Amino acid sequence: MHDLTPITALGSDEARVDTIGNLTCREVPEVALAAVSARMGKESQTRTAIKKLIKADASDVNRFDGGTVSAFWSGPEQWMLEAPFDSHEDLAARAKVTLKANATVVEQTDAWTRFDVIGDDVLDAMELLCNANTRSMLAGACTRSSIHHLGCFILCRNTNKFSIYGPRASAGSLHHAILTALQTIT
Amino acid sequence: MIINHPLLGPRDSAEFVYLGDASLIERPDPAAETALADFVDYAYMRENPAGSLRELWFHEAGDRSWLVVTRNTMTHEISDVQMARDVARKIGCSK
Repeated sequence: MHDLTPITALGSDEARVDTIGNLTCREVPEVALAAVSARMGKESQTRTAIKKLIKADASDVNRFDGGTVSAFWSGPEQWMLEAPFDSHEDLAARAKVTLKANATVVEQTDAWTRFDVIGDDVLDAMELLCNANTRSMLAGACTRSSIHHLGCFILCRNTNKFSIYGPRASAGSLHHAILTALQTIT
Repeated sequence: MIINHPLLGPRDSAEFVYLGDASLIERPDPAAETALADFVDYAYMRENPAGSLRELWFHEAGDRSWLVVTRNTMTHEISDVQMARDVARKIGCSK
């Protein structure tokens, strides 16, 4: 029998937490993700199914909504579903049951790595990290932008907390970029 | 240069990748009798105007949508931006 130990994107068996000044960068591995793309002509059926899944209207442009399962807008007629990994490891399969042939669902868990950046000066850090207008983002806003040449999703949980999703294979580079920004402003 | 994305608002052109002339949307019919000549034109012949040009830009570091951007090649002034899928659907070039 295999005796394998799951590791986080940064290669440890525990999520990495770095505190620099009054800012904290926290690796968040316990997330299930699934991408949803409405098929042509099935946009309204997809929105209805997403409403059923997240118990809220399918997010509008650059927004995220929902409860335990939430969805953030990732492109025209496209969303990313997000849920706790422990209770929703099979998120993509569950979503497909609800979405049926109205949308394409692609498993994205562990394709992305998530870092939460938390603290009063988080906007100063975000401003160094990307050219998205993060100062205008309020809770519930999201956008996609480049950080350290990596395409990342940026979600504003509140004005003191941002979640950054970047490609898991480049977790080390993204983490380095975030820490560099935090060190620069403290 | 700032591109005013129809959905996302003003975005830095560094977030985009340039493809070229938007006439690429109008792919010729491969079943037509003149298909060979049509595809030679489609693949190799491009207008290179000193002035207004409709171009395809891909929002690589954003929502990954294709845009048709009307740009003046002399001044870089952008006079119009549309979602490429809307343009393609309007002229019946989208499946």
